[in-house]
Amino acid sequence: MNALLKHRLTWPVLALVLLLLLNQVFRADFLSVRLQDGHLYGSLIDILRNGAPTILIALGMTLVIASRGIDLSVGAVAAIAGAVSCTYIYTSPDPSSLQTAAVAVALAVVAGLVLGLWNGFLVSVVGIQPIIATLVLMTAGRGLAQLVTDGQIISVSNDSYQSIGAGFVLGLPISILIAAAAFLAAGLLTRRTALGTLIEAVGINPVASRLAGLNARTITMAVYVFSGLCAAVAGLMISSNVTAADANNAGLYIEMDAILAVVIGGTSLAGGRYSLVGTLIGALIIQTLTTTVYTLGIPPEVTLVFKALVVIIVCLLQSSRARTLLKQRRRPVTATSDVKVAI
Amino acid sequence: MNEIVPVVDLRGISIEFPGVKALDGVDLRLFQGEVHALMGENGAGKSTLIKALTGVYAIDSGTITVLGEQHRFAGPAEAQDARISTVYQEVNLCPNLSIEENILLGREPHRRGGIHWKEVRRRARAVLEQLNLGHLDPGSVLSSHSIAIQQLVAIARSVQVDAKVLILDEPTSSLDTEEVQQLFAVIRSLRDNGVAILFVSHFLEQVYEISDRMTVLRNGRLVGEFMTRELPRMSLISKMMGKELDALTELDRSDVRARPDRTDAVPLLLAEKLGRKGSVGNVDIALYEGQILGLAGLLGSGRTETARLLFGADRADQGQLTIRGTAQTLRSPRSAIDHGIAFSSENRKEEGLIGDLSVRDNLVLAMQASQGWLRRIPAPQQDQLTEKFIAALDIRPANKDALIRNLSGGNQQKVLLARWLITNPKLLILDEPTRGIDIGAKTQIQKLISTLAADGMSIIFISAELEEVLRLSDHIAVLKDRRMVADLPNDGVTMEDVMTIIAGSAA
Repeated sequence: MNALLKHRLTWPVLALVLLLLLNQVFRADFLSVRLQDGHLYGSLIDILRNGAPTILIALGMTLVIASRGIDLSVGAVAAIAGAVSCTYIYTSPDPSSLQTAAVAVALAVVAGLVLGLWNGFLVSVVGIQPIIATLVLMTAGRGLAQLVTDGQIISVSNDSYQSIGAGFVLGLPISILIAAAAFLAAGLLTRRTALGTLIEAVGINPVASRLAGLNARTITMAVYVFSGLCAAVAGLMISSNVTAADANNAGLYIEMDAILAVVIGGTSLAGGRYSLVGTLIGALIIQTLTTTVYTLGIPPEVTLVFKALVVIIVCLLQSSRARTLLKQRRRPVTATSDVKVAI
Repeated sequence: MNEIVPVVDLRGISIEFPGVKALDGVDLRLFQGEVHALMGENGAGKSTLIKALTGVYAIDSGTITVLGEQHRFAGPAEAQDARISTVYQEVNLCPNLSIEENILLGREPHRRGGIHWKEVRRRARAVLEQLNLGHLDPGSVLSSHSIAIQQLVAIARSVQVDAKVLILDEPTSSLDTEEVQQLFAVIRSLRDNGVAILFVSHFLEQVYEISDRMTVLRNGRLVGEFMTRELPRMSLISKMMGKELDALTELDRSDVRARPDRTDAVPLLLAEKLGRKGSVGNVDIALYEGQILGLAGLLGSGRTETARLLFGADRADQGQLTIRGTAQTLRSPRSAIDHGIAFSSENRKEEGLIGDLSVRDNLVLAMQASQGWLRRIPAPQQDQLTEKFIAALDIRPANKDALIRNLSGGNQQKVLLARWLITNPKLLILDEPTRGIDIGAKTQIQKLISTLAADGMSIIFISAELEEVLRLSDHIAVLKDRRMVADLPNDGVTMEDVMTIIAGSAA
């Protein structure tokens, strides 16, 4: 029991379960999932589907943060990816074919990789602080997206493209499947290889890592490229969902949600040990919160405040110092259970 | 010197940091018209004492008397008001401003609501001429001048405020010989004008050239105050290191191992006049398979810098490095490791440990880095390697999943050693592997080094403890003032021999 309480995922999971139960209290059919026309429907599915872009971006963000960095440009990269693909479809001679959609997706993915490479270059080769380096693209990226779309909102009608955000396979929304695949791929890529440990090593102690022979530059580059890729795919989902590219509003503030998801998931902003599962739970908490706001009928004016409150509570629950303080108030005399190995 | 009243009189200064007594009852007296050298190894408390005098640190006990007045400095500004000026190793002026602006920054003469630039120029020129620097253009931008000139400008600034005490903290560390002479000329003219100068430097020769009096510190305590001309270099060194010479020479030398050079073979590593500007120079090393080379010298003499050059952690810009008969340039630790070189830093915490990772992750890190990220060392093999070295090196606790930051210093050191041993290096560079660890672990590590060399590994061994170096090494390279000055085969070399070289007045 004690070990369970100390596990770093216990509190986020508990928060998520509590949020879901709260919804169930107010809406009896909240947790039910039903099959209709061979497709799964229900609030839980909605949470997963609407949360897919945040989950994707938060995955990339987790690795960036583990390496002691941060990527503020993900929202802008998502907007660029949507702009590139929609503009391509819009201007192509055959705007509704599968082939056009495939090329559009490929172009967007390449754009994401290139932008990630740019961020990685600024951070690891030029040596600019990550928050500044990615701030460049965060602001300039929206402008780039507008250049691509010529300042217009580009609407497209291509069934294949639309299915990325709204389609179903085997009864499940495609966006959920993409996010799940990305989650598994990231997990396998970092935990089945040594990449995860090496990223953590660079995040914990860059100097010692270099002296141990790690190629920190390549590793840093890799995490930003991965983050760019995730952002691009998320951008495709967002634009496909509304069948349009909106350079100004697509993925707006999504970097904040992603960073929050990572932090709620227990990965420290100081870098080092990370948890992809934690990030997944963190992203789900954020999405569930948005849903809860609607379920409870909370007026839109207080939505953001409500969200902030829940996030603060989760973060406080996670902080061991805050928990100790709470305990001390209840029981003035407590033995610390922190076991140090002394020799 | 007659017993006049000192300009600065520090008595019984103590400063405590959490868990450490940085200074313990230290006295320091600075006299008018004298250059006073503050001596001690790294960590002896020199910088702390300077910071106490300049108001950066508050003192816990003791008194500070300047010009007969007792002070309690609450900050650097108050020390400046007491006419104490400091010139630090890194010039802290505004590089984008002109020389004259820097000299008079914050004290510009005004006229009709604006700065009186003509007067600024006049005063700056006067100060520069006073220091024999009349050839400098006061209107030129500071950054267009060399570090040496910038330092002289910093001194000029302190002269302009009519400082009675001038503190020079390692002013010569990035200057070449000619620039040092230029600086010394300025110091002498200030001294003759009655300024009390406190000079801190690692360079023994410079200290003997410029100083009249010296105060020696060791481990935060005062060793004593001496007149420079009455204190031979040998006694100074033994005072700094805390060993009486007689005791040193009487050490048991029965277990000295001396292995002959294998001059017939190709040396594993051959450094010829290897160096890096501002770091270390003149490194000549020929190291053969299975040999142990000890690097001796005072702290700050360039031992660590030499190790970093040989490991590619810093890039050499002078001389040549040959590994197994082929000339090589080491661009990074990675390339050194690929040549079979390993380096365990003296700075365990900052340059060795990945604190939040487990013993196992730390132990296999270098091997994993060599294999590349794709080929992860399989978990069973990681466990087996870790268990093997936990047993072989007696690492405690014998728990491969423990976070390394929770281990004691000696056990952390063993894990870091194991990190390199599993990569099977040809050359292992150990910088202070036995520092700060208990005597049991120390003996274990010394024994291990001997065994490794007997098995054919070459080792470069750095330690502040000369006995240790002499006991383990086949060869001893002596460093002094950031240059390698001797390479002795260890056939009956005594501590006295090495210390004579370090003192080396003939240099």
